[in-house]
Amino acid sequence: MSEPRHRLMDFVREEIMPHRFCSGCGCGTVLNAFTNAVEGIGLDSAKMVCVSGIGCSSWIPSPYFKSDTLHTTHGRPIAFATGVKVMRPDLTVVVIAGDGDVAGIGGNHLIHAARRNIDLSVFMVNNMIYGMTGGQVAPTTPAGVKTTTTPHRNVEPAFKVADLVVAAGASYVARWTTYHVFPLLESMQNAMSRKGFSFIEIMSQCPENYGRRIGLRTGIDFLRQFKEKAIRVDKARGMTEEELEDRIVIGKLCDVERPEYVTELQKVTAEQVDLLRAEKEKVD
Amino acid sequence: MKKRDVSTATDSKYRPARPFNREEFDRIRRILGGKVLFVQGDSAVSYGALLAGCRFFAGYPITPATETGEVLSQLLPRVGGVCIQMEDEIASVGAIIGASRAGTKAMTATSGPGFSLMQENIGYAAMTETPCVIVDVQRSGPSTGQPTEGAQGDIMQAKWGSHGDYELIALSPSTVQECLDLTIDAFNLSEKYSIPVILLTDGIIGHMREKVVLPEFDDVEIVWRKEPTRPKDEFQPFTDDGSQIPEVAIFGEGYHTYITGLTHSESGYPATDSQPDHHRLVKRLCDKIRNNRDKIIRVQRDYSDGGAGATGIVSYGVTSRSVNSAVKTLRQEGLKVDHLRIITNWPFPEKEVDELAGRVDRIIVPELNLGQVYHCVKEAAAGKAEIVPLWKTGGEMHVPRGIVELVKGRG
Ligand SMILES: Cc1ncc(C[n+]2csc(CCOP(=O)(O)OP(=O)(O)O)c2C)c(N)n1
Ligand code: SF4
Ligand SMILES: [Mg+2]
Repeated sequence: MSEPRHRLMDFVREEIMPHRFCSGCGCGTVLNAFTNAVEGIGLDSAKMVCVSGIGCSSWIPSPYFKSDTLHTTHGRPIAFATGVKVMRPDLTVVVIAGDGDVAGIGGNHLIHAARRNIDLSVFMVNNMIYGMTGGQVAPTTPAGVKTTTTPHRNVEPAFKVADLVVAAGASYVARWTTYHVFPLLESMQNAMSRKGFSFIEIMSQCPENYGRRIGLRTGIDFLRQFKEKAIRVDKARGMTEEELEDRIVIGKLCDVERPEYVTELQKVTAEQVDLLRAEKEKVD
Repeated sequence: MKKRDVSTATDSKYRPARPFNREEFDRIRRILGGKVLFVQGDSAVSYGALLAGCRFFAGYPITPATETGEVLSQLLPRVGGVCIQMEDEIASVGAIIGASRAGTKAMTATSGPGFSLMQENIGYAAMTETPCVIVDVQRSGPSTGQPTEGAQGDIMQAKWGSHGDYELIALSPSTVQECLDLTIDAFNLSEKYSIPVILLTDGIIGHMREKVVLPEFDDVEIVWRKEPTRPKDEFQPFTDDGSQIPEVAIFGEGYHTYITGLTHSESGYPATDSQPDHHRLVKRLCDKIRNNRDKIIRVQRDYSDGGAGATGIVSYGVTSRSVNSAVKTLRQEGLKVDHLRIITNWPFPEKEVDELAGRVDRIIVPELNLGQVYHCVKEAAAGKAEIVPLWKTGGEMHVPRGIVELVKGRG
C-alpha cells in the first residue's frame, strides 16, 4: 500500500523536501499557515506567483511553495512583483521575505508599493534579526540586544514596520505571531482575497542566530514569549506608549478601501485606447 | 457600441508581447505619425521599442535619458501597454524582469548614476536568462559628473558591471535612425538569446534631432522567445536542448517555474554547493553568446583598397560621426584609411579588429573617455599593429580635424 499523502503536498515542491530550516524556526510555521491559507480559499497555485528576496524567510515560498516563483535579489521582491502584477493582474502575487529584506535594504520599495496600493500580498517574517547571515542586527532588533554586529548592545530602536505601512497608505495591514497560527492563517486569506496592498508583519523566531544570544534557546521559548507579550489591538488602543513598550500589538491594524494601482493604470489605458479609436473614426 | 477589439492589460488573456502581425505593426506606425519623422535619439529609442513589441517600461527620471520614458508614458497606454515610474533604478530593472517573466517585452532607460544602481539586477537577469532591454544614455562620470553632456565612459561597465562570469550584448548606435533600428535589434537579441541587452547611446545622440524613417513590416524581423515545447510535467526551465538557450515558460501558464539568481541546476532549483552545476551553468551563460558571436556581432567596414601605408581607425557610437567626416577629408588628401565601425560593443568584435590589424600598421581608437575600447583593440590586435588612443572627455565630441591631424602624424 502506498503511503497516505498529505493534503497539502500539492502545494509544496516535494522533490526538494525536506526543507532546510533549523529546528524550531518560525519559517516552517509560516509555510504551514500559508499553504493552509491557499488551500482554504481555493486558490489555484498555477495562477499564483510567489516572489521573495534573500534570507531564510525568503525560502518559505522559494523554493518550497509550488507556484511560479521568482527568487529575486536581496530587498527587491516588491519591485519585481510590481512588474509581474502590472502585466498580469489576473494572477495572485504574493511576496514572502524577511524583516531585513523587506524593511531594511528594501524599505523604500515597501513604502512606495503601499502608497501606490498595488494589489500585492506582502508577508514579512520578522524574526528581529538577519538570520541567514548569522545573527547581525536588523532594523527590527530591539534596543539593548547584543548581536554579532552590536556586540556591546544595540542602540537603535526597533522599527514598527506594520505601523509604517499603515501610514504609507496600504489597504490592509495586520500583525500576528507564529504563536497565533489560526488568526494568522485567516489574516493571510483576507490579504490574498482582497484588492489593494495587503501587509502582514509576522513576528517569528530564529532560535539559531537570535534566540541563542537572548536566552531563548528553542522555538517553544519564543512561542511562550509571543503568547505573553501579545496584546490585541483594540485593548492596546487605550494604553500609553510606556505600557506598550515591551508588548506585541496583534490583530488587524487597518482595513480600508482605496483606489488600487493596477486598476487605475488600466483605466488610463482604456481611456487612451478609446481616445485613439475616436480619433481614427473621425479621420475615417 | 462597438466591441472592444483592442486587447489591453485589462484582459487577462491578453499576452501583450506575442509576435504581432502586420496589422498591429502598421497600427503602431500610424500612432507614431507617419513614415518619415524628425526626432531626438531618445524618442527614436521609444519608437523602436514600440515597433519591437515592447509593452512595459519602468524607469526613473535622469538626464539625458528622461525623454525615452516621457515618450513611452504618452504612447504605451495607447497601444495597450503600461509605463510606470518606479522609486529608483534598482526597482526599475526589478519591475522589467518581473514583467518579462510575466510574458511582456520590457525595457528601462537610464544614464550613468542609474546604470550603476542597476548592475545587481542586470546580473540577476543574466543569471536567470530573462529577456529585457536596458538603455544607457551615457553622460560624463564618475558619479553625478556632467548630467547634460554626452560621453562614452560606460563601455566597460556595460560588460563587467555586475559581479561574476556572464556575457551580455551591448549595441552602440551612431545616428538617430540607428537608435530606432538597434532598439528593435536589442529586443530581438534579448528574446533570441534570453539575455539582458544594453543599448549604449549617449547624451549627444539622445538629444540630437535627425531624420528617421520608420521601417515597413516586411523590412524587420520581430523575434519572440522560445516557449516550452515539452509537456508541463516534464518541463525544466534550464534544460539545454543543444542550443544552449533555454525555453522560457511564462508565469501563469501552469509550469510552476522556479527562477532564482542562486546557482541552479536544469530544474531551476538551487545547487549552490555543487561545483559541476555552477561551472556548467556559467559556462553555458557565456558560451551561448560566445558560440554565436558571428551571428550577433555587427560591424561596418569602410576600407581602402589595401596595400602598404594605410591607417586603421576603430570607432563606435557618436564618435563614428566624427571619424566618417575625418575619413572623407583624409581620402580627399590622398591618404589611405580603413575605418572599422563597431556596432556591437559586446561581445567584442575581436576577429574583425584582428583582421584590420593585419591590414594596417597602426590603428587609431578615438573615444569619449580615457581609454576603454582602446584596451579591447590592443588585446585583439595582439601586437600586429600599433594602437594609438585618442581620448577626449568633458562632453564635447571629437572634432574631425583632430583625427585627421593624428592620422597625418601631427596629432
Ligand atoms: C545586496 C546584498 N547585500 C547583502 C546580502 C547578504 N544577506 C543575505 S541574507 C541577509 C539578511 C537576511 O535577513 P532577513 O531578510 O531578515 O531574513 P532572515 O534570514 O532573517 O529570514 C543578508 C544581509 C545579499 N545577499 N545581498
Ligand atoms: S538561521 Fe534562524 S531564521 Fe534561519 S533557518 Fe535557522 S532558525 Fe530559521
Ligand atoms: Mg530576519
